[in-house]
Amino acid sequence: MAAGNFEKYKSDGSLAGNALEWVDARFPATSLWKGHLSEYYAPKNFNFWYFFGSLALLVLVIQIVTGIFLVMHYKPDAALNANGVPIAFASVEYIMRDVAGGWLIRYMHSTGASAFFIVVYLHMFRGLLYGSYRKPRELTWLFGVGIFLVLMGEAFFGYLLPWGQMSVWGAQVIVNLFSAIPVIGPDLSLIIRGDFVVGDATLNRFFSFHVIAFPLVLIGLVAAHVLALHETGSNNPDGVEIKANIGADGHPVDGIPFHPYYTVKDIVGVIVFLMVFSAVMFWAPEGGGYFLETPNFYPADPLKTPPHIAPVWYFTPFYSILRAVTFPLFGLDAKFWGVVAMGASVVIFAFLPWLDRSPVKSIRYRGPIYKTLLSIFVVVFIVLGYLGTLSPSPIGELVSQICSVFYFGFFLAMPWWSRMDKFKPVPDRVTFK
Amino acid sequence: MSNQGKMDCGRRRLVVATAAVGGAGAVAALVPFVSSLLPSERAKAAGAPVEVDISKLESGQMMTVEWRGKPVWIINRTKEMMDTLPKLADAVADPKSEKNQQPAYAQNDTRSIKPEIMVVVGICTHLGCSPSQKFKAGAEEGMPGEWLGGFLCPCHGSTFDFAGRVYKSKPAPTNLEVPPHVYLADTRILIGEDKKGA
Repeated sequence: MAAGNFEKYKSDGSLAGNALEWVDARFPATSLWKGHLSEYYAPKNFNFWYFFGSLALLVLVIQIVTGIFLVMHYKPDAALNANGVPIAFASVEYIMRDVAGGWLIRYMHSTGASAFFIVVYLHMFRGLLYGSYRKPRELTWLFGVGIFLVLMGEAFFGYLLPWGQMSVWGAQVIVNLFSAIPVIGPDLSLIIRGDFVVGDATLNRFFSFHVIAFPLVLIGLVAAHVLALHETGSNNPDGVEIKANIGADGHPVDGIPFHPYYTVKDIVGVIVFLMVFSAVMFWAPEGGGYFLETPNFYPADPLKTPPHIAPVWYFTPFYSILRAVTFPLFGLDAKFWGVVAMGASVVIFAFLPWLDRSPVKSIRYRGPIYKTLLSIFVVVFIVLGYLGTLSPSPIGELVSQICSVFYFGFFLAMPWWSRMDKFKPVPDRVTFK
Repeated sequence: MSNQGKMDCGRRRLVVATAAVGGAGAVAALVPFVSSLLPSERAKAAGAPVEVDISKLESGQMMTVEWRGKPVWIINRTKEMMDTLPKLADAVADPKSEKNQQPAYAQNDTRSIKPEIMVVVGICTHLGCSPSQKFKAGAEEGMPGEWLGGFLCPCHGSTFDFAGRVYKSKPAPTNLEVPPHVYLADTRILIGEDKKGA
């Protein structure tokens, strides 16, 4: 029988040591601390791209804490109050104007939503740069894709809650998209809305999903993501496995304990992040109309659509792909194929570990083909995102169609082009200045 | 363990049967949760008809009333508006209103009971936005020069004429829906029901 924690962790005789020994005999406190922090060996060559994982965790905490306080004052009710304003909309205005500190908490939450996606997109891009999704980290990557999907749902549900014009009409369009699915579509969108129109029933269930169901799933997936990562160990900018070089002490020679080395380093990232975050929150909380859209300062009016509706910026690349499909196929109309293309454009990230066949992981040892295609992919992603914020136009449609073809081509042709590149020899040890 | 390799078939059958019964129970327990997501009885009953007085609706004007949470437009069309309809027979996707988007009594050239009074649900048949008025012909309201007047959906650019007929090659698959309605008197319309006092 393996030694229990009671045998492994002995008190040094002090009061605190005795208390910890008592706990360790009953709960794996010290072994969790050591396994995930003080004796979790991470490669010593992390660069600034490795800030974004811990920053995503920080934003998650910000969103949960601010969310808890917002729920204390927010009312998910679409009925009109005595002044003829929907109660949900009025309760957000109440938080902004009458609750002490309410405006700050709300702006933390709304800025946090956009910050979450900025940080997560950069975190995902880091994965593309250094091949972090490659064997043996496929499951870490899949949990990450799950987190991204849940995060999109969380953001979509949350955007309905202020019950402004963009909230309601955005939800109307997205929920109606599901009705394009053959056979089950109309019933599915009815089940999502809970009524024949986006109304009070929809607002209440989106509130429930936003504050209970999706955060729970999100936290579970984040735990799985970190556990899977700590099982395989972290990748690094050189894409070499540090576990292949174990020193005399039994630890990777190129590894350093996460705590204190990376906890301290990450604090630097946190400070820089909070500086930018605060600047946006205090001076530009609407993010130039991209974080909080202007029509959402008008209460929901079921009789009038705003002259221009667009999703929030973090959905626009995928929304552009949806709009790029303008032709019917196999007897099913364009609306359905648009939904399929949009769904596929998100889910396709999950297949990266098996699409990428290059013999090296990191971009440092990959050749011009990957560097060129990845650069174009970034440009295409940003162009699609920009076009998604604009009204439909013939030229925008053509450009988004070209971009969508490249977007899918990048992934689907990857098994071929990722093998053809000119590779540089990968060192045995991480490179470190 | 001593009985390793030997399967107790009777016990195994019991395990399978227990798992099957338990699984069926778990699936049955889903029923109330899924059905609670469907529209409630109150939501289903909320489709009460709406009575509208159109005596103050002047020629060329449009009013919007709410019926089942949706906007219903009542347009008192001018002669010029009416004259555009026959000209558009080749430009719209379903000129004769053959698709079932209106009651039988509105399946005519003007898609209405009284020729000049148009009653139509102002929800685009594509993704459910409410189209905006672009009543002035020509390029005055940002439309193409040959525009004869009608509606433009701001979400994905579908266009409709003064009878709610969708133009060809637009995202919206069908004409706007004409709700069931009936004239209680010359200037009073009941929207949501076909027959007086029914």
